[in-house]
Parts: sequence; structure tokens; C-alpha cells
Amino acid sequence: MIVTPQVGDQVAKGRVSIVVERCKACGFCVEFCPTHVLALSSAFNSKGYHPPHVVHPEKCSGCDLCGMYCPDFAIYGTKTPDAKAASPKAQVAGGEK
Amino acid sequence: MLNVLEDNTVNPVEPFLRSDRMPHIWCPGCGIGTTVNSFARALIESKIDLDSIALVSGIGCTGRVAGYVKLDSFHTTHGRAIPFATGLKLANPKLNVVVYSGDGDLSAIGGNHLIHAARRNIDLKVICVNNLIYAMTGGQTAPTTPGHATTSTNPYGTFEPAFNLPHLVDAAGAVYVARWTTFHVRQLARSISEAFAKKGFSFIEVISPCPTLYQRRNKMGDGLDTMKYYKEKSKVKNGAPTGEVGLTLNGEIAVGKFVDRERPDYQTLMRAQYVESLGERYIEVTGEAEPEMECACG
Amino acid sequence: MRADPRGVLTGTHFIDGDHACCEGALAAGARFAAGYPITPSTEVVERFASRVPTVGGSFIQMEDELAASIALQGGVWGGAKAFTVTSGPGFSLMMEHIGYAAMTETPCVFVDVQRGGPSTGLPTLPAQADMMQARWGSHGDYEIIALCPNSPQECFDLTIKAFNLAEEFRVPVMFMMDEVVGHMTEKVVIPPAEQIEVVPRKHTRKSIEDYLPYGTNGDMVPEMAHAGEGYKFHVTGLTHDERGYPNMTPQTQDKLVRRLQNKIRAAADRICMFEEEELDTAEVVVVSYGITSRVAQRAIDLAREHGLGVGKLRLITAWPFPDKKISGLAPRVKAFVVPELNLGQMVREVERAAAGKARTFAVPHAGGGVHNPDEILNAIVEASRC
Repeated sequence: MIVTPQVGDQVAKGRVSIVVERCKACGFCVEFCPTHVLALSSAFNSKGYHPPHVVHPEKCSGCDLCGMYCPDFAIYGTKTPDAKAASPKAQVAGGEK
Repeated sequence: MLNVLEDNTVNPVEPFLRSDRMPHIWCPGCGIGTTVNSFARALIESKIDLDSIALVSGIGCTGRVAGYVKLDSFHTTHGRAIPFATGLKLANPKLNVVVYSGDGDLSAIGGNHLIHAARRNIDLKVICVNNLIYAMTGGQTAPTTPGHATTSTNPYGTFEPAFNLPHLVDAAGAVYVARWTTFHVRQLARSISEAFAKKGFSFIEVISPCPTLYQRRNKMGDGLDTMKYYKEKSKVKNGAPTGEVGLTLNGEIAVGKFVDRERPDYQTLMRAQYVESLGERYIEVTGEAEPEMECACG
Repeated sequence: MRADPRGVLTGTHFIDGDHACCEGALAAGARFAAGYPITPSTEVVERFASRVPTVGGSFIQMEDELAASIALQGGVWGGAKAFTVTSGPGFSLMMEHIGYAAMTETPCVFVDVQRGGPSTGLPTLPAQADMMQARWGSHGDYEIIALCPNSPQECFDLTIKAFNLAEEFRVPVMFMMDEVVGHMTEKVVIPPAEQIEVVPRKHTRKSIEDYLPYGTNGDMVPEMAHAGEGYKFHVTGLTHDERGYPNMTPQTQDKLVRRLQNKIRAAADRICMFEEEELDTAEVVVVSYGITSRVAQRAIDLAREHGLGVGKLRLITAWPFPDKKISGLAPRVKAFVVPELNLGQMVREVERAAAGKARTFAVPHAGGGVHNPDEILNAIVEASRC
């Protein structure tokens, strides 16, 4: 069962999925997430890299910028079903120059 | 604390990848994979029939893209992706032919083919990932390496003037010329979509980090540092004269859509010429499969 | 499968070898060529440029031979039968892509109208000095098929054969003409399309899920698919496995290159064509090919008039070399006489296959013209005395 993260009043509009074994810890996703959802973890994958982990799940908007930046196809964001139902648009723009 | 969610979501890029070949060989912080994300998004946006796409690459790090995308893909010889792509397109005009290769492959050994295909305005979508170096072979000088950079074949610093690729292909006749960096993921996706909608020779340069060689040898930090540099130093200059968008070692990066013009593509010109000269005798190549002809002897 | 009548110029013609080669390609179903001008081959593609828009194909003159030799392969993967034409200097430039065709198993034809070399050499004069290059010119271990016509009629007939072999074995076929055969004008009879047998592309019938681009069902030649059909296959010049994926291990390498070699060698008996005459009674066998075989015929006839038992073995297939034919003859004959328009190329193969059981007399000629029949006759006489 998937629980939509919530901290205080802030309900996550999206969720992040991480393919741990593909990650090479480049740090793009951590840097370019507009709401600073991610940080590199202290755990290792089998290649010895520190994959990211979600530190502020409630702030995720499901914009998938992490997915767009990831050179290793190791992370992506999707909108939660509630958020999808609320907004007809498939993607949220934002974060770029 | 790892937070991997087990859910039924699918990475939007996954259907375009040969997942059985992941993880790929590109280095941590290399931008090539990022360009593939933009490419995949453009394919989704453009709603192109994936069966109609043929992707051709040359040799080099970017050349490996062909092996990782789940499309009809051809990993050809060094510098010759464009002529191979030309053959594909002429034999089957229905194909959407993409050339995905690196700056060394396309502008050094492949330079002649680059300018002729642009001159002819062959309907190809060329994505040139420019990491300013020959990466796969260990970091040698490329025609695009900016002056005073250190490379393995210019250990005391380069002194050759570098190509300004948008200017080169613009002068040769390309109808769509754009440059982005791997920071500009959305704009890149949009440019690729625009190229798909356009008939003729389209050239999209993407400046990308090579943290292992170019950035490391020139003490420019890692991939992330380079992405931050792109963010800080890029200036969007849509429509800028391509002669003014050359790159320097640590300077400003002019990005944007520089050229978007109309010129009849090679096959349009060819058809017009043959129709005029041959009239009804002209039988056009359509790309339809020939009906099987049975042997008369049974 | 019979030929597409649109490409068959049925009738009796008086044309040269270059022109006949073009007609052969069209009759075989070639609908794409990429070329670059080089004497004495250019007429082949000039005629193709003029003919092909009326039969549903296209021609492009590329910016160099490097481009031409790979553009034709793009054409093949796009669904067409394709070829290019060149001579020595261009043949040298095309070597990398001949290797690429062999490695990726791209069926296609490379026509080399040989001229004097090395380098720019004698652009308008004949030689046969690219024979070894045809076999070994590209790097690595691979196998090709090479055919040698000796008349404009054969330039027509054997070009069709070249395309058929290319499709059957998924291999680049070298069509080794020479300047004399290419530029000599003779009668060429082109039969009706129904009488021309054409081998179609070995296209897979498997479903997208089941298809393996480089999988074989024991016959060593995989089935092909074309771009745009939904198979989403990958082709690479890197050493690859049955999925076509790069797999750069010694095991995969061994399996792959041996198959590339064996698919041709195992069928050598079928592929090797030659013309033979009086081999059973011969003391001396003249082995020749291309234009030299016609000069040699005169020498052979003269020698027979003098009472010598001379057999003729004209190589139509130069590669794979007909080892068995030579090694079968060697114990029964005194010697082989091998005239060539080069300083000794195919004679080495004859010598090798003879394995010392018969002597081998080379009759070299640096090129630029054809042998005087007396040169070959003298060699036959000398050979008969050994």
C-alpha cells in the first residue's frame, strides 16, 4: 500500500522512484530538484556509489526534473493519483532558466 | 536511509531504452544520458511512430547511444553516420532518420559528410553531443576543443582555433540550427521536437560535460560543477548570428535556436527535377515494400 | 524468384562491360547505388543514374568513396539492393566499409574496375593487381566472395550472380572487372525477365518478439530485417552476440568470426565457379581470369597446335579460391601456368593449393596493357618441359 507523504499541511503531489543499481551519484538530481526533495545517502549500491534518497517527500511535486536530468536513467518522478486527478496537465513546468 | 518506493510507476524514458543493457558505460556526471532523456521526451511529445525512426551513430562515447535506445539503430564507422543515414533515407523516404553522434565524429573525420549533407539539405535530424574532446579514446584534442585547454595530444595547451559548429552548418545550408547544454533539458527536448517537425537538415548541438577527461584535465571540477557552470554562463540568444556564438575556455555559452529557415530538402528537389525532366517516366521511391514476386518456375 | 521486369532491358545490345554491369545490377533488382567518379568505372553509375529513376530506385553521387561505400549499406538496411563502383584508389578508400559490411553481414556488391596502380597509377589502362586486396584489404578476419568477368556478356550475367551470392550469404561481393573488360564493346544478350533467376533478401518471417538479428538456425546465415518494420534491432561493427548487442569477449569473438568465415567456406563448392577445358588430358594447366583469360586462350590454342597437352582453368570465382580444384589437379599435371596483369597475386594461391605436387609458373605483367600471347605460350612451353 502506498501512503502519500504528508508533513503538516503539505501533501506530496508526486513521488520519486529510484533505480538504485543504475545510479552513479553524479548529484544532478539533488542539485536540480526545485524543492530540494533529495540528498545523497550514505548507503552504497553494489558499484560503490551513494545513491540519492528522499529527505522531504512531502515537497515532491512530481515534476520529473530529476528524471530529465539523470544521465543514468536511475530516478524519475511521477505525480500522485490525487494530484493527477486535480490537474489535467500531465507535467508541471518549472525550475529551468 | 534509502527511500526506494516499490510502486507500479514506469520511468517515462524506459520504453525507449534497451533495459537489458543497463547500466550503461558512460561515466558518472557525463551528460550523454541526459541528452537521451531529452530525446525520449521529444519522441513522446512529437508522437512519432517509433517504428519509423532509424537512429544512426558513429564512434565515440556519444556513438554508444545507438546501442542503448530501443529503436532500429545502427552503430556505424567513425565519421560516417551521416552518409549511412543518407542511404537509409533515400532507400526508404518514410523513415525518420536521426544521427546521434559526437563532436569529433561529426566534425573531424566526419566533417566532409557533415557539410555535404547540410549543403544537400538531406532530411536528417542530427544531434551532436559536444563535449569538446575525444572522450572514448582518452581525451585528445577535437576540432571543437577551445584554445588553451589541456588535452592528451596538446599537453601544453591547445593553440588551434576551434570550430564554431553552428556557424559551420549554417554556412553549409542547414535549415535548423540550435545549441543547448545538458542543463537545458526542456529546451533541448523542444528543439528536438521542432527538428522532427521540420523537413531538411537539422543540427542540434548539445554542450555536455566530460568529467573524466576534459573537465578533469582542465581542473573544471566534476559533472555537477560543469552543469552549474552551464547554468551560470549560458545566455539564451535565439536568432543570434551564428558567427558570434563561438565558445571559449571558460566564457559565455550562447545557446538557443539560431537558425530556422525554409529550404526544399534533397528529396523534394530531386522529385521536382525528375518530374520536370522525365514526366510520367519517373517512378518515385516511396519506401513501400515491394510485392513479393513469385518465381515463374514455381 | 524471377527478376523485376522493370529493370530488365531485354534484347540484344552492343555495349561495353561497364554498361553491361549496370544492366546486370538493374536486372538483379538493385535500386540504390551511391558512387563517386573514378576512371574506368564511372560509366557504370552514369548509366545507373540515367536508368534508375525510371525503374523506381535512386542514385546519389556522394562526396567521396568513404561516403559512397557506407551510404550504399544504409540503402541496404533501408530495404534496397545496393552497390557501388570504383577502381583502385577508391577501392583502397572503401576498405574500412567492406569490413563493416562483412562484420554486419550487409549484402551488397562492390565493383572494382581494376586499373594500373599503385596510387594514381594508370587511370585509363588495365591491371589485375587488386586481387589480393579484394580478399585481404580490410583489417581483421573476414571472408568475401569475388567474381571475375571476362566479357561484357559476363559483366551482365555475373553481376546478377554477384547480387544473388551477396543476398544468399549476406556478404559483400567484390566484382573484379578490369579496364579492358569494362571498356570493350561486344554483343550482350539480355533475356526476358522470367528467365533471370534472382535471389531475394533473406528477410525474416519471425515475429518481433522472436527475432534475433544475428541468430542462425544452423545454416550460418542470419535472417535480416529492415529499418522501419518495427523490429527495433541494433547493428554494430563491434563484436556482437546473436542479439546484435556489443559483446566484446574472446568467446563471442571466436564464435562470430569463425561463423563469418565458415558460412562462405562451407559453401565453397557451390560458390566456386570456373570454366574448364581438357583438364583430364592436360600436362600443363593455364589458370587465368578476367581479360587475361582471353589472351591466354590464344596461347593455349597455339600450344595445342604444337601438340602440347594444355588444359584451361578459368577462374570465374577468385575468392573463395578453388583450393580443391587445384589440389585435385596438382598430382596429375606437370605444372600450372598463371598469367596475370600483376606481378604475382593469384599465382600465390595456385602455388599454395598445389602444395608442391606440381610446379607453378607465373607470367606476370605490370599492367598498362594485356599480355602478348607469346609470353604465355613461352611459359607453357617451358612448363611442359619440366
